[in-house]
Amino acid sequence: MAILTIQILNSLLYASVLFLIAAGLSLIFGVMRIVNLAHGSLYAVGAYVTAWLVGRGIALGVPLGWLFLMLPVGALVVALIGIVIEPLLLRPFYTRAEEYQLLVTFGLLQILEDLMRLIWGGTPLSADTLMDVLPIIRIGGLYYPAYNLVVIGVGVVAAVMLWAAIYHTKFGVMLRATSQDRRMASALGLNVGLVYVVAFGIGCFMAGLGGAIVVPTQAAVLGMGVDALVIAFVVVVIGGLGSLKGALVGAVVVSFVRTAGIQFFPELELAVLYLIAAGVLLVRPTGLFGTA
Amino acid sequence: MVAQVQVLRGRSALPLAAAAAAVLMVLILVPSYFDTYQVQLLIYGLIAAIAALGFNLLLGYTGLLSFGHSAYFGVGAYTVAFVAEHLGPHSMEFYLLVGIPIVAVTSALFGYICVRHTQIFFGILTLAISQVIYSLAMKLYWVTGGSDGLRVPRPALLFGALSFSGPHGFQQFITLYYYYVLAISVVCVLLLWVIVHSPFGKALQGIRDNEVRARFLGLRIRRFRWISFFVSGTFTGVAGILWVPLNGLTTPDVLYWTYSGEIVFTALLGGFRNFTGPIVGGIVFTYLKTYAVASTEYWQLLLGVVLVTLVLVLPTGIVGAMSRAGQRLRQRRGAT
Repeated sequence: MAILTIQILNSLLYASVLFLIAAGLSLIFGVMRIVNLAHGSLYAVGAYVTAWLVGRGIALGVPLGWLFLMLPVGALVVALIGIVIEPLLLRPFYTRAEEYQLLVTFGLLQILEDLMRLIWGGTPLSADTLMDVLPIIRIGGLYYPAYNLVVIGVGVVAAVMLWAAIYHTKFGVMLRATSQDRRMASALGLNVGLVYVVAFGIGCFMAGLGGAIVVPTQAAVLGMGVDALVIAFVVVVIGGLGSLKGALVGAVVVSFVRTAGIQFFPELELAVLYLIAAGVLLVRPTGLFGTA
Repeated sequence: MVAQVQVLRGRSALPLAAAAAAVLMVLILVPSYFDTYQVQLLIYGLIAAIAALGFNLLLGYTGLLSFGHSAYFGVGAYTVAFVAEHLGPHSMEFYLLVGIPIVAVTSALFGYICVRHTQIFFGILTLAISQVIYSLAMKLYWVTGGSDGLRVPRPALLFGALSFSGPHGFQQFITLYYYYVLAISVVCVLLLWVIVHSPFGKALQGIRDNEVRARFLGLRIRRFRWISFFVSGTFTGVAGILWVPLNGLTTPDVLYWTYSGEIVFTALLGGFRNFTGPIVGGIVFTYLKTYAVASTEYWQLLLGVVLVTLVLVLPTGIVGAMSRAGQRLRQRRGAT
């Protein structure tokens, strides 16, 4: 029973990180109709920046509790990168065929992956000090790090805040209007360019936050972004590209299937995920909750 | 002069055939003037060109962007590895004989599933399916060797007439394998040229340009796309089959989705709106990547910058840009 509880918690932990990545991917697709292949790499940048900041903080003797502030800082750095990237690289492509949009983000992925190698080198960068700051709690007869519960909490809070921002603020209305009809929104006087920058920034912030909160539980390594991207794809395909609810449900489905897969059929755990994605695409190409 | 230009701009295939023959002559002479390493690189280039040509039937002529063509390349490569390990003769013809039907069946099967969608959903579906193959190759390590991959010994060519062992085996193999691959490339190029310029190829281009109108004309769109996918995957698979004996090893890397990205990159580099674009792209990309890897640890960064610049500045690729420059030159000459 305790093992089951732990496995469910582990699934929720994974779901929360996956949701952060997939929600950003989905938001960017929903508003800008761009499939951002570099999204996984932005998640990895969040992980690296946070781990590096935490390492600097420890070296400078910052009290350990304060280091938790590095998590949002890491996410903000990624958001800033996004705000620079959008007008510079993506804006010229909105009117062009989507092949070019995919390719430019693929080029961006290659650039980001190697910039991480250039800046932080090939050795994994760890921030597990943050995990050790929080106590280890007992669940049933087993021990579980409290930090993992924090990650789950962050995922839940992020989901609620994103939902509130999209459905209950003025900016959310502008965002949805732009996503439904860009030209109409522009004709009604909305600053579409600004909406795009902010939407891309929020999407990148989510990815960066995912990387930031995951890095204390596992080190930042090269290639983590590329791997994360394909899983995030599975999530958004199951849930529906462009749907927030879909990202949430997809993340939960994928993480539970994967946890169960690692437990019961480890050879096929990844294949099963992709097969589910392919199956959903065949039956309902717009995903469970998509409208696009 | 003007009259001559107009003849050239007509539909005559003669100048094109002459140019192709000249290029072929140069390619045939390469091993006599360059060392083994350069010849080996050029084989990789030709193989990349076949893969990109096959891929481009789908992107350039049918208007479907596949992000999972690594699957067909990799299935070809792994088939050869399995054949070399478990079945009889180490003969290239035997590899092709077994490999081509298997990649053909694979691409027909996956194509049947994938062509139900277009645009971005098609791309993601191809990607998802190629990732299934990748994860199987990665995880079923007792069959596929996992991330270590499978080794493939040097095969004999021409039904065992030419086998390569002894001190100069490698050099001999490279030189003869070069001609072998060159001959197959020529066959592939001719086949695809015929396909593209046949009524079938024209129908594909019609579907690409206006799906609704093509449907009104009575074309069975999904079937055309399926056959195009099947042919495209098979050619890319042939490239995979040819690649393994040269590389001597196949790993799951050739099945990963980033490898599909490289195939897309190749086609774009040369120009996917031209028939010859992917050929140029395949060879240029191979050299670009080899020298980038040799000169810097951060070769991926370099390739990424090249790709982004290319998409921003030269969206029609090398061949597209060159033909446009040529056209402009001709127009100017016509004006004066």
